[in-house]
Formats: sequence, structure tokens, C-alpha cells
Amino acid sequence: MSNAPRYMYRSWWKITGILLLIYTFTAGLLGSVPKLPLLQETIRNLYFHVCMWFGMMILFTVSVVQAILYLRKMDRKHDLASRHYAGTGILFGLLGYSTGSIWAAYTWADPNVPFAESFSTIARDPKLIGAAISLLVYFAYLVLRDSIADIDRRARISAVYNIFAYVILFPAIWILPRVLESLHPGQDGNPALDVKNDISPSMRMVFYPAVIGWTLLGVWISTIRIRIELLNEQKRTT
Amino acid sequence: MKWFFCLIAFFCFFPASAAVTMAEQMRSDGRIYVVIAVMLTILFGIVLYLYRMDRKLSRLEKLDQKN
Repeated sequence: MSNAPRYMYRSWWKITGILLLIYTFTAGLLGSVPKLPLLQETIRNLYFHVCMWFGMMILFTVSVVQAILYLRKMDRKHDLASRHYAGTGILFGLLGYSTGSIWAAYTWADPNVPFAESFSTIARDPKLIGAAISLLVYFAYLVLRDSIADIDRRARISAVYNIFAYVILFPAIWILPRVLESLHPGQDGNPALDVKNDISPSMRMVFYPAVIGWTLLGVWISTIRIRIELLNEQKRTT
Repeated sequence: MKWFFCLIAFFCFFPASAAVTMAEQMRSDGRIYVVIAVMLTILFGIVLYLYRMDRKLSRLEKLDQKN
């Protein structure tokens, strides 16, 4: 065991994540869903597309917490954790973006008008632009981080930038799309978290485990990358 | 490695032999079970990949500690 945090070696949460994902994949396709026009069976994308964004939010939150911890304690471990949780968050964001574009192509796009025309209206959707901005801000985080050679300066500057990026995330994907008109569902209230009148009970039984399962998978990927980085640093210093 | 190719061959020729018997589980409900099988296969592939990476990393870390 190297000096990586203990929880990275525990297997119970990894197994939990796998079991929840198996449950998501089977119950997600077989479970009963409300019959809605236009959406039809694509409503099941809630367990996959939406979970990517929930996972991204959770991973970015972990990342910013680690950034703040780094600034308080100046411990390299927090810096590495912050970097790699953000990296996995970006991966989830990209997957959420691309799955969303497939979903939109078959539900938002009007089959009666040429694709380019309906694409130009979809591409202007505030939620999509907001998501694109927030992802670009996080891309800039990676670019900024890797462009600084000095290890301590890199850690400090990227931790501060991480906090700014997290702050930009909120207006870009939560506030702006609600102020402007958007095709994207979930513009008022607490989308997918409103127990009374949002998603149906049968879907909630799959959706919440799905979010946890996908997030645990993301955490697993992040911990592996953090451990590689820690090992790499140890090799270089000894 | 041999058993792996046997497994692939089994899955490749599986539909041909299954065509004789009708109304199988995999062919009912609009063949949604086929989609589940495909998705679970991908999931298991990714999990296996992560698991092996995890194991390899643990071994490297142990080796590192000994030196």
C-alpha cells in the first residue's frame, strides 16, 4: 500500500457500484415507464443521459472540495485528487453531451424540415450552450494546469481556478437556462429530485440507484488515476 | 486464450441454432433482452478492465513499498 487514502483500496463501494449498474441496465430497460407522446421509450434515457450530468456535478463538487482542502492544508494528495476528479467529471460531461445530442435528434428535431434548419434552432438552446460553456471552462482548467511547470504554483493556481470554474458552472447550467426559454425539460422546480410531481415512482426506483451507480464508477476511475499519479511521483522523487 | 475463441464462436453461431426453436426469451418483447445482453456485456468489459487495472496497480504499489 502506498500513501493513497484508505478508501481507494476498499472494494465494497466498487462492488456496490457494479451491482447498481447491473440493476440499472436491466430494470432500466424492463421496468414500466409512463407512456408519453414523442418521448415514448426514449424516456429510459433518463437512467443514462441524465445520470451522466448528475455524476458530473457530483464529481466536480468533489473536485472543488479537494481544491479547497489543498489550499487549506497544502497537501499534494488533495491537488491530485482535485485534478483527477475534475478529469472524470469532464469525461461524464462529454458523454452527457453526446448522448443528449442523439436523444435530441430524435425527439426535438422536426422530421418535416431539413435537418440543418432544425439543428440551428436546437443548437441555440440555452441549456446546451450553458453546458458547452461550463465544459469549455473545465477544458481551460486542464490547459492552464498543464501549462505551469512548477509543481507548487501549478497546484495553487489550478486549485483557485477550480473554484472559479465551479462557480461559473451554476449560472451556466442551472440559472441561465431557467431565465431564458429552453426546450430542455426540468426548467422549474427541482428537476428529477422533486418527489411529489416530477418523475413517476416506478422510474424513481431506478433513477436514484442509477445516479449512485454511475457516480461510484466515476469515483473508481478517478481513484485509479490518482493512484497511478501518486506512484509516478514516488518513482520520480526516489 | 482458446476458451475465449470458443466462447466467441459459440456466440457467433448461436442465432443459427436458435432459429429452429420458436418463442425464446431472447426473441420476445421486441427482443429487448438482446439490448440488455449487449449493454451488460459492455458494462462487464469496462468493469473487468477497471478491475484488472486496480489489481495491477495494487501489485505495483506493494512492489514499490518493498524497495
